[in-house]
Amino acid sequence: MTSLSQFAEVLDYDEALEKFDPVLGLEVHVELNTHTKMFCGCSTEFGAEPNTQVCPVCLGLPGALPVLNQTGLESAIRIGLALNCSIAQWCRFARKNYFYPDMPKNFQTSQYDEPIAFEGYLDVELEDGETFRVEIERAHMEEDTGKSLHIGGSTGRIQGAEYSLVDYNRAGIPLIEIVTKPIRGAGDRAPEVAKAYVSALRELLRALKVSDVKMEQGSMRCDVNASLRPRAEDQDAVPLGTRTETKNVNSLRSVERAVKYEISRQAAVLVEGGSIFQETRHWHEDTGITTSGRPKSDADDYRYFPEPDLVPIAPAAQWVEELRATLPEPPALRRRRLQSEWGFSDKEMRDLYNGGAVELVEATVAAGASSAAARKWWTGELARLANQQEKTLAEMPVTPAQIAQLQALVDGGQLTDSLARQALEGVLAGEGDPEQVVEKRGLVVVSDEGALGEAVDRAIAANPGIADKIRAGKVQAAGALIGAVMKEMKGKADAARVRELVIERLAPDAEA
Amino acid sequence: MSELIRRTAAELSGLLSSGEVSAVEVTQAHLDRIAQVDGDVHAFLHVAGEQALAEAAAVDTARKAGEQLGALAGVPIAVKDVMTTQGLPTTAGSKMLEGWIPPYDATVVRRLKEARLVTLGKTNMDEFAMGSSTEHSAYGATHNPWDLDRIPGGSGGGSSAALAAFEAPLATGTDTGGSIRQPASVTGTVGVKPTYGAVSRYGLIALASSLDQAGPCARTVLDTALLHEVMAGHDPLDSTSLTDGYPDVVAAAKAGATEGIAGLKIGVIRELHGGDGGYQAGVMARFDESLALLTKAGAEIVEVSCPSFTAALAAYYLILPSEASSNLAKFDAMRYGLRVGPAGVEAPSAEQVMAATRAAGFGDEVKRRIILGTYALSSGYYDAYYGSAQKVRTLIQRDFAAAFGQADVLVSPTSPTTAFKLGAKLDDPLSMYLQDVATIPANLAGVPGMSLPSGLADEDGLPAGIQLLAPAQADDRLYRVGAALESLLVESWGGPFLAKNTLEAMK
Repeated sequence: MTSLSQFAEVLDYDEALEKFDPVLGLEVHVELNTHTKMFCGCSTEFGAEPNTQVCPVCLGLPGALPVLNQTGLESAIRIGLALNCSIAQWCRFARKNYFYPDMPKNFQTSQYDEPIAFEGYLDVELEDGETFRVEIERAHMEEDTGKSLHIGGSTGRIQGAEYSLVDYNRAGIPLIEIVTKPIRGAGDRAPEVAKAYVSALRELLRALKVSDVKMEQGSMRCDVNASLRPRAEDQDAVPLGTRTETKNVNSLRSVERAVKYEISRQAAVLVEGGSIFQETRHWHEDTGITTSGRPKSDADDYRYFPEPDLVPIAPAAQWVEELRATLPEPPALRRRRLQSEWGFSDKEMRDLYNGGAVELVEATVAAGASSAAARKWWTGELARLANQQEKTLAEMPVTPAQIAQLQALVDGGQLTDSLARQALEGVLAGEGDPEQVVEKRGLVVVSDEGALGEAVDRAIAANPGIADKIRAGKVQAAGALIGAVMKEMKGKADAARVRELVIERLAPDAEA
Repeated sequence: MSELIRRTAAELSGLLSSGEVSAVEVTQAHLDRIAQVDGDVHAFLHVAGEQALAEAAAVDTARKAGEQLGALAGVPIAVKDVMTTQGLPTTAGSKMLEGWIPPYDATVVRRLKEARLVTLGKTNMDEFAMGSSTEHSAYGATHNPWDLDRIPGGSGGGSSAALAAFEAPLATGTDTGGSIRQPASVTGTVGVKPTYGAVSRYGLIALASSLDQAGPCARTVLDTALLHEVMAGHDPLDSTSLTDGYPDVVAAAKAGATEGIAGLKIGVIRELHGGDGGYQAGVMARFDESLALLTKAGAEIVEVSCPSFTAALAAYYLILPSEASSNLAKFDAMRYGLRVGPAGVEAPSAEQVMAATRAAGFGDEVKRRIILGTYALSSGYYDAYYGSAQKVRTLIQRDFAAAFGQADVLVSPTSPTTAFKLGAKLDDPLSMYLQDVATIPANLAGVPGMSLPSGLADEDGLPAGIQLLAPAQADDRLYRVGAALESLLVESWGGPFLAKNTLEAMK
C-alpha cells in the first residue's frame, strides 16, 4: 500500500478499526444477457460499431413507446428468487428524471418504490470458510444509458474535454440493480466481506446464466457505500455515520481496496474532528485511492413517478413457482457436492474457490482429466503463470479441454511433466492445441534405449561420488543423476525409465 | 370548385368503389380546395400534394386490377401533426421540431396507409397539443371557417378547420383533455375520443401518456365511425393498447340512424349542466333542445350526479403537466430537432446547449406547463400534488361507474361556449383551461366521448356541440346515440351545418 503512505489524510487501517465500526452498502448493476434490449427489439451484442444497434425506442425519438422484454422480467424474478427475495405480486416501473446527453429520453425507466424483488439475503463464504449473511434490500429492473466518450483533455472525464461522442448501443440494455441493506458487524473484515459478497453474487449470477458478469467489460458494475461510526459497547445503538458512494469499482480486488481506503480516509477525517460529506467519489485503480466527485445526497431530486407508458407487472404466483423450479443448485451447496465427488480437503477446495478455479476444474474433469490432475494444473503451474502475468485464471488463454488433453498425453506416457509444461507454454503462446504444439515443437519422450543408456553412463561418470552412494545402497540419491540426465535430454526423457537404467547399472539388487 | 369536396367519406367510398370517380379526382379536388382557402384558414402546416396524388393513383390502379380494397381506400385524410409520418415533416406545432422528418410511421398512420387512405398533409395544432385554440402553434393560428376572426378550437384546430372548410372529409386527432371534442364543438364537426387504449399511441408525440388518446374526426357520425374502425385495434408496440373489447362502431352508427334509441337511458350530468360554469345561453338552449329531441324519440332522460367532476380540472392540471414535463425532456438538441448555442459562449457545454435550445424552442404555454409539472413532481410536493391528483382521478372513475349504473350514456355540452375571438383568452390561461371543463373527466377516467353539433347558438350564429360519454370499451353506444341524434337534428335543422364563410368561397 505505498499509495496510502503518500497521503497524510489516511489513518492506519488497524488504528481506524480500533476507533470506528465500518458499515457498508453495496449496489451492483448487472447487465442481463438477453438477446434484445429491455424495451425494444435492438440487439444487445457487445462491441458493435457505435450507434448501429438503435431504433426509435432506444433513441428516444418523439412518439416511440417502450414494451417490456419478457425474458428480462423472467431473469429479474429468477435473480430475486436466488437471492431469497420476496417477489412483488404487483409492481410498476418509474421514471427517474434527469438530464444527461447519453440518456435519450432524459429520464431513465427504472423502478422506484415498487421493486420486482425485495427483502432477501445472500450467504457468502469468507476465506477462512466462515459464512457471513449479507441482507438484500431489493433487486430492481432498469435500462442502461448510452456511453459518453470524452475526447481531448487528459482524464477521459468530461472536464477539460474538447468534445464528447455518444454511443447509444448500450442505451436500453436490461440492467438489474441489486442493493444490500447496510452491512453491519463485519468489523475489520469489512473489505473482505465486500469482496466475498461481490464474488458470491457473480458466481450466483453465472450459475443462473442471466448475465456474462464480466466486470472488466462493465456487464457487472459495483458502487461501494461506506460509513464509519464510533466503536461502542452497544454498537447497534450507535447511529450510522454519513456515507460516501464510490462509483464504478470494477474488479473484486478493487472492491476490497476501495473499502479499505475509504475506511482509512474517513477515519482520518473524523479523528481530526472533520465531517464526512455525502458525496459520490471516483475510484482510481492505478493509485488505489478515491477522490471527491460531485456532492450527492438524498437532496438529488429525480422527480420519480410511475411510468405511464408501461402497464403494471403482476407475475402470476404459479409462474413464479415455475421459475423457482428452474433455479440452479446454490453455488455453495454445489461446491460441497463437488468437494466430496473430487475427494478434496476443505483447504484444497477453499483454495480452488478463492483462486476462481472451481468451474475450470469442473470443466477439466468433465473433459476427461482426473480431479487431482485438474486441480494440480489450475492451482499449480497455471496459477503461477497467471500470478506472474497479473491475470485471473479465467483470463488465461487456455481451455479446460486443452488441459485435459495435456494430461491425457502425460497419462499416456507421450509427455513427461516437464514436456507437458513446455507444451502448455506453447498453448498459451497461441500455437494451438497441445497435440499441435507437441508436433510443432517436437516434444517427444526419448525412448531410444541406446541414447538413454549413453546419457546415463555419462552422468555416472560425471558424478562419481553420487554413483558410489548408490552403489552403497542409498538408492534415493539416484534423483541427482536422473536430474542430470533429464537436463541433458532437455526434459524429453521418461524419468521413470532413466531411474530404472541408473539402478540397473549401480544397484541391480535394489528394489526399483 | 368540384362538388366532390362536399361529399361525406361514406359517399366518396360509394363513388370510388362503383368507379364513378377516381381516387386521383377526389384527391385533386381536395388539393384544389386547400390551395383555394387554406391561405385564409391555415389548417395545414404541410401539404403533401405529390405524394397524395401518387397514393391515389396507386389506389386507382389497384382497384382496376380487381384488388379487394377497404371501405375508405382512396378517400383523402388530413393527419394531425402530432403523429409521426415517415418522410413527411412532423413538428407537433413546435419550433423544437422544425424540419424534423421522422424515420418511422405512427401505428395510426401505418393503419391509414394499409387501409389505402390518401394523406393530404399535416394539420396545425397548439404546440405539443397544449391549448384550446391552436393559437399556441409556433407556426401561426388556424382560423375558424365559420368566422375567420375566431378560433377553431384546440389543440386539434387544424383538423377541425380542415373539415369545416371542406379541405378534407376526414381527419385524425388526439385528445388529452378535449383536443378532439372541443374543436369539433366549435367548428360544427364530429369528433370522438375512443376508450383509452383503443387506438395505439405508438408514434404520437406524447403530451400526457396516461391521458392521450387518438381518435377520428369527420363531418358526420357515420364517417367518424368508418375512420374509428380503421384507427382502432391492438398494437404490440404500445403496452397500454387494449387486447380486446373493440365493439363494431360502424354497425352501431348505422343502427342508430335507422333503428332509433327507444328505451335508452340518457344521463344528464348535473355538475356539467349550466349553473355558474360559464355556459353560454345559446349553447345551453341547443343542448336542452337535443334532450327534448331524444326524449321525443323514446329515450329516458335521468339526472346523474358526479360530484368529483368539480375537482377534475385541478387534478388534470397537475397530472398533465407532470407527465408532460417528463415527456418533453427528450427535446434537448442532442439527437434531432432544433439546436441553439447559448449567446456569447464560445465552447458551450452540452448542458448549456440544452438549456439554450429549450429556452428558444419551447413556447410560453409549454414552458408554463413544464414548470408546473416539474414543481408538482418535486420531492416534498409529490404527495400533495401528483399524489392527490391521482386520488381525484380514482374518485372520478367511481363517479362514472356509479353514473353508468343509472344510464347507458351520459350527456353534457361539449364546450361551455361557441368559438371565441382569436386573442381573447391568450392572456388568461385559466379561462382558456376552462374550455375543457366538460371534456377532461373522460380522459381522467379513460372512458370514450363524442362531440357532435347540436345546432347554432342564437346569439352569435356559431356552432354548439353536445358531448356523449359511454363506459370504457362501449364506444359503440356513442355511435348509436350520436347517429340517432344526428338524424333527429338533421330533420329539425334541415341538414348538416355548413360554414357560411367557406361556402361562399366555394362559389
